[in-house]
Amino acid sequence: MRVTVIDYKAGNLTSVLKALRHLGAEAQVTDGDLAPIEAAERIVLPGVGHFAATERLDATGLTQAIRAAIARGVPFLGICVGMQWLYAGSSEAPDQPGLGHFGESCARFSESTEKVPHVGWNSLDVRPGSRLLAGVEPGEYVYFTHSYKAPVTADTAAVTHYVEPFAAAVERGNVMGVQFHPEKSGATGLKILGNFLKWERTETA
Amino acid sequence: MITKRIIACLDVRGGRVVKGVQFVDLIDAGDPATQAARHAREGADEIVLLDITATHEGRATLLDTVRRTARELFVPFCVGGGIRSADDAAQVFEAGADKVSVNSAALADPMLIDAIGRSFGAQAVVVAIDARRDPQAADPVRDAQVFVQGGRRPAGRRVVEWAREAEQRGAGEILLTSMDSDGMRSGFDCELTAAVSESVGIPVIASGGAGTVDHFVDVFGRGKADAALAASIFHFGVSSARSLKEALAKAGVSVRLPC
Repeated sequence: MRVTVIDYKAGNLTSVLKALRHLGAEAQVTDGDLAPIEAAERIVLPGVGHFAATERLDATGLTQAIRAAIARGVPFLGICVGMQWLYAGSSEAPDQPGLGHFGESCARFSESTEKVPHVGWNSLDVRPGSRLLAGVEPGEYVYFTHSYKAPVTADTAAVTHYVEPFAAAVERGNVMGVQFHPEKSGATGLKILGNFLKWERTETA
Repeated sequence: MITKRIIACLDVRGGRVVKGVQFVDLIDAGDPATQAARHAREGADEIVLLDITATHEGRATLLDTVRRTARELFVPFCVGGGIRSADDAAQVFEAGADKVSVNSAALADPMLIDAIGRSFGAQAVVVAIDARRDPQAADPVRDAQVFVQGGRRPAGRRVVEWAREAEQRGAGEILLTSMDSDGMRSGFDCELTAAVSESVGIPVIASGGAGTVDHFVDVFGRGKADAALAASIFHFGVSSARSLKEALAKAGVSVRLPC
């Protein structure tokens, strides 16, 4: 399985690569070369930085290449900021558009007595029918670290509660995103990455 | 529901895990990669590796240790000790760490916090503070002092102020060690932990003094800690993270179980 991991210079890819390779994937990195996107069987967009860093995807032509790959049906997984990028944008960087695959926008957690960033292990309310989260049982935990989040919509695959309910995962056809870090979420996270690697197109997808 | 994290801490010197009382009288406690894997398997929510030698010559050893430890570790992994520049941090990230912890170098040059945060994100920067109460002060807790050099020298900063500055500069978490309690197994400094936790909007990891389950219940309650570090409580089979968390759950603390 050839997985292309996109490096947009917004943090550290080591953990994601390590987890994918642990699961038997042949992971390669691109930071602007479009050929690995064109040849990809899977695409992963990680991200542990600022939403503004996704500007590099536009500048390098990766955005267009990713859009084309998604249209070809290549399964795509965005992690953390990589998930947020699938939406129209984020209040973290209002001038930087996201891919717009999902029409809503991401925003910072509302003011509350809770600490922001949301750091730590939290649980998932998985919606029925999620293929990415298949086999994740109630009471399983995943690791989060973020200050911005996507709203709960019809495409939400799992809801997590912190300050307010937010989309911990999103999924529509071959386009998936997780706000948490599956590469850092122990056996549960590896199971989710494994589901992504095994994902196959179905008639309904 | 967000859970309270139990973090296993490995103090490492020359590529081996060591443990001492108040940073002296060190004894060997095993191989870091083996110990980290065991803690993760036994339910630790996160692993911290602190290189307490942190000499220039020790850098290659540390990076090798980080690489070996990270290889099969799929929980968050933080590395501290001897990180003096954004380049040092980059090497540690490259070796497989998810976060770095900075301490004396950030006190000497607070811009280091901004620099690492800019390149790797705030979630990757933990500012470690070694604190002692100031018994001479009117308020020994609010006026607690930051110490450097393994707790030997005062840095001339108040703990609460320094934690606030670290947050403003882009730290993602504070790792607060009570030098008064460290290694004593007599409980965390809950008053000091609460004072810091209430002063910042980022998570605070309490460290120093863990000896019993009740100490953890206390620091998550009274101490308002978001996470707690344990080292000596685990090393010699006293307890595993899992059994600690099962006891915490019984006491009403929200923890990641099963794990």
